[in-house]
Amino acid sequence: MKRELLQLLWPYLRRYRLRLAGGMLILLVNTGVFVLIPFIIHLAIDDLGHGLTSAKLLKYCLMLMGTVTARAILNYYQRLILITISRLIEFDLRNDLLAKVETLSLGFFQQYRTGDLMARAVNDLNAVRNMLGPGIMYSAQAVVLFVYVVTILWRQDPVLTLIAFVPAPFVSISVQWFGKRIHERFERIQSMFSNLATRVEENVSGLRLVRAYAREAVEEAKFDELNRDYVQRNLKLVLLSGAFDPLLQFLLGVSYVLVLWFGGRAVLEHQITIGGYAAFNLYMAQMAFPMIAMGYVINLVQRGAASLERLREVLRQEPAIADGAATDRGVRAVRGEIEFRNLHFRYGNQEVVHGINLHIRPGQTVALVGPTGSGKSTLVSLIPRLYDAEPGMVLIDGRPIGEIPLSVLRRGIGLVPQETFLFSDTLRANIAFGRPDATDEQVQTAADIASLSRDVADFPEGYRTRVGERGLTLSGGQKQRTALARAVLRDANILILDDALASVDTITEERILEQLETVMRGRTTLLISHRISTVRNADFIVVLDHGRIVEQGTHAELIGLGGAYASLYEKQLLEEELARVE
Amino acid sequence: MPQEEEEITGKAVDRHLIKRLLGYVRPYRWTVTAATVAAALQSATQIVGPYLNKVVIDRYLFPNPSANSLLGRYLPADAFRGVATVGVIYLVTLAVGFVLDFAQTYAMQRVGQHTMYDLRRELFAHLQRLPISFFDKNPAGRLVTRVTNDVEMLNDTISTALVALFDDCFVLTMIIVVMIGFNWQLSLITLGVMPAIFVATHYFRKAVRESYRRIRLLVARINVFLQEHITGMAVVQVFNREQLAYEQFRGINQEHCDAWIRAVVAYAVYYPVVEFLSILAVAMVLWFGGLRVMHGDVTIGIVFAFIQYVQRFFRPIQDLSDKYNTLQSAMASSERIFTLLDAPVTLESPGRPAAMPPALGRIEFDHVWFAYRDEEWVLRDVSFVVEPGSSLAIVGHTGAGKTTMTSLLLRFYDVQRGRILLDGVDIRELELHELRRRFGIVLQDPYLFTGSIADNIRMDDPALTDERVRAAERDANLADFLETLPEGDATLLRERGNGLSTGQKQLVNFARALAANPSILILDEATASVDTETELKIRGALARMMSHRTSILIAHRLSTIQRADLILVLHKGVLREQGTHQELLHQRGIYWRLYRLQYKDQELAEVES
Repeated sequence: MKRELLQLLWPYLRRYRLRLAGGMLILLVNTGVFVLIPFIIHLAIDDLGHGLTSAKLLKYCLMLMGTVTARAILNYYQRLILITISRLIEFDLRNDLLAKVETLSLGFFQQYRTGDLMARAVNDLNAVRNMLGPGIMYSAQAVVLFVYVVTILWRQDPVLTLIAFVPAPFVSISVQWFGKRIHERFERIQSMFSNLATRVEENVSGLRLVRAYAREAVEEAKFDELNRDYVQRNLKLVLLSGAFDPLLQFLLGVSYVLVLWFGGRAVLEHQITIGGYAAFNLYMAQMAFPMIAMGYVINLVQRGAASLERLREVLRQEPAIADGAATDRGVRAVRGEIEFRNLHFRYGNQEVVHGINLHIRPGQTVALVGPTGSGKSTLVSLIPRLYDAEPGMVLIDGRPIGEIPLSVLRRGIGLVPQETFLFSDTLRANIAFGRPDATDEQVQTAADIASLSRDVADFPEGYRTRVGERGLTLSGGQKQRTALARAVLRDANILILDDALASVDTITEERILEQLETVMRGRTTLLISHRISTVRNADFIVVLDHGRIVEQGTHAELIGLGGAYASLYEKQLLEEELARVE
Repeated sequence: MPQEEEEITGKAVDRHLIKRLLGYVRPYRWTVTAATVAAALQSATQIVGPYLNKVVIDRYLFPNPSANSLLGRYLPADAFRGVATVGVIYLVTLAVGFVLDFAQTYAMQRVGQHTMYDLRRELFAHLQRLPISFFDKNPAGRLVTRVTNDVEMLNDTISTALVALFDDCFVLTMIIVVMIGFNWQLSLITLGVMPAIFVATHYFRKAVRESYRRIRLLVARINVFLQEHITGMAVVQVFNREQLAYEQFRGINQEHCDAWIRAVVAYAVYYPVVEFLSILAVAMVLWFGGLRVMHGDVTIGIVFAFIQYVQRFFRPIQDLSDKYNTLQSAMASSERIFTLLDAPVTLESPGRPAAMPPALGRIEFDHVWFAYRDEEWVLRDVSFVVEPGSSLAIVGHTGAGKTTMTSLLLRFYDVQRGRILLDGVDIRELELHELRRRFGIVLQDPYLFTGSIADNIRMDDPALTDERVRAAERDANLADFLETLPEGDATLLRERGNGLSTGQKQLVNFARALAANPSILILDEATASVDTETELKIRGALARMMSHRTSILIAHRLSTIQRADLILVLHKGVLREQGTHQELLHQRGIYWRLYRLQYKDQELAEVES
């Protein structure tokens, strides 16, 4: 394993070093007790051949029972201690992983998809845990047992010992070889399996089109192809996995054959006793598991190391947006003055905002209008520093945005993002998301303003109703209004509504805007909308196109201008009014 | 979801289900028979080791004149040659066991895989025939699970569990038979530990099952939490929730860790207990066997063979209770699969379909009544006629029954009363595929299948020439966009066409409808979800698309509606008004009011400016 990986693991292992040492000590004793069992039988069988008394026999039986009792107790603690450590490290690592991810900025999440990160936090972590738990325990056990058994057998008959262990490396190697290949084939089959599922899902979702275009037979043929491939692929795996267990049984069997054959000769030549012969057999039985375990552990470690590497990739990320040397800790709050000064902004190599100058005074309501991709959302995402522009291009309260501590800046912002995002929790928890200490009255008021309270009255458990996964499914409009209530309750000096009412019908929208007016008074408000009705009352309206400001002014001024805004207005009147009648 | 989470409580053995399942295995019955025979022989090779040890000990290593065995008679008298002979016999047995074991495993896996293939094929084909109404009630995720996971579960049972079950039973029986053959009193004493193993295993399974149930639940919670908080990380950060979210996660994580440790404890108790019982059995063999050796009626070889056999008891017994659970969940899976297969196909082509009338594109609704459920009428007594080549626009609020009308036309559902005629023939008399081939359809939400853009336009119709596809791309104003792609229409789409904008996806859907060259074109809110730019493109293409064919438009844009030859105004399932734009304005009804409102606002705009 690479050094970086050990360095990563070290602090975690260190934390549990006392337990680890204790567990290993128990393992040493436990394994020692284990090898006593064949030894007792050895003595008993030798005595059986040479005049045994029932008192002696009873002694052997009691010795056996004593050994196995000690063994049971030690075994219990060994497993409990050593396996638990791996569970605790898994727990620590998973917590640290989330803590790390929480500091990372949006750029990171565009690079790493949600599913990928989840796979790391669950599957990869599992592989690492397997390496640390069963991996460490079984390999330690195998090594210790091997040393004990070889020492004991060597003293009886070195040649026979060597012969009996001939199949051992083959067992380990074939376990490792097969294990690796079976795992690889299995992974490929898993991905084919998900293709199969995707195919069915696609067929069912696109059902009406399939039927309308009478493509059922073709769909069946396509599915058949995947289905057949999947079966073929599985049978190829079976060729390996089906041979694996029988081969293992065979190889282990060979060591018994060798003991029978050469051990038998040794008894006849009086090298060993009949009891020794029995013990040889029993020791080989004890060694079966370690022989298998060695190959198995090699695979666990390989998989664990690969997964650990993937975890390290995330854990070593440095947050791109964080407080730094320029941060002025003295800043306690933001007033709400926003300025973009000759702002250029690029995602990767693509510049999406070209030289925007805009000054918003505290308390003003400013609307941003423009087609998709004109840069509206980019502009507002710079304010809570979801992305960073070059220093000096974005100013809050007259100072470069980087000087304000990140948490202070964000505490000063109430945001309703374009894509509504709620968490699977109660409605109350979602509304109070930015103010966990809010009173019931405050939550109620925010919901009133967002026109949500009437819906809540119909919910089975009011504000205690769970939403999202395993909860009530809210309509698009209800979700947006919840997100709005969440932002309102934030009671921040800057309010950003990024297309926040798109899923709300026009009548409700009007009501919400009316109620919002009291909230917006005294706060800086940024409104992004495709709807003229939303933006017409703003202090001024900024029309963006392809990352540039093309028009700005009040509603009346822009209508008078007869430009992009005016034509958008005309187009929408038609649709909106039609929708309203119905 | 609750359906999937449902804990399995069914019986492990259900006569009817098994009978039906056997029907699927029937084509492979000879393979199964051969595999079973192989399994029986193979288990014999598994128990031969201790037996050979006994023979070697009693005959050569510690000769006991009273010991006689089946094999002994054929063995040489010379000890060295004898030991070697037994060694060779042992080796050959192992080799035979290896071959039998592999053959049996592979054969049963083949059966399992082929059965699975047959079942999946049947399920998928059945899904293609089930009426649309079935899918209204069954979410896609559930159906996917039936075809994938449930079938997989059955395969595990057929190819792994059943064979292992036979195997375990064979091995146990053989061991018991051989032991009784050696000495029945000693056998009875050692068999005494068996119930204890059963009891221990039973309690262990119970404890572990409970832990695993909890762990599954918690893993799901961890997944949901991660999924939500990673997707919504911007919200978490903007609302300064990092610390709280961390603590919440730590809490779930802690529960998960605790649940696992409980499972670890169960294992940490169970393994030592099993080992204790196994050594207890050894001690009993030693005690009772030893006493008998002293009396001279049991040999050392037998005592040693017993010691070895006792230790081989345990795995099959542990396995057996494991297999019971697998069987139980397989029964539950097969029940779900058969329920799906038994869902009736209620809408089919007529047995003797009428000849397809010439493709003119005339549509007639004749006193049509329709309800999705019971008497909740969505359409009430709707009658109208669309002449070939003309355009029809349907106006009405959401839920007025607009989309239902197009679904009825394609015979996704059957009308309850009245009839629908296509070119003069009741659509229920026509062959279903032929009927649907007459239509080209574009829905509000564009849908793309995995494959290339061209595949999506062609919809796998081999009769469609490349020229027709190109022409459709041009007519749908898609060609400009395709030129910007390095691979043109051969560009492969990711799942659901991710990577294309909604507008681009809709253009592909338009091209698809055009390429099919239908006699009737249905546009169901086809421009509702696209941006203005795409809408202009579509509008340009629309005129071309609508010429020479009957078209049905469901749309909000008045500009398109105005030009339609026939406008239907639907209100709560009743056809309230029909006529041309001018006629409807004269009627001074709902349509007129719509129009007037729009007119008033335009006036207002002029005043403001």
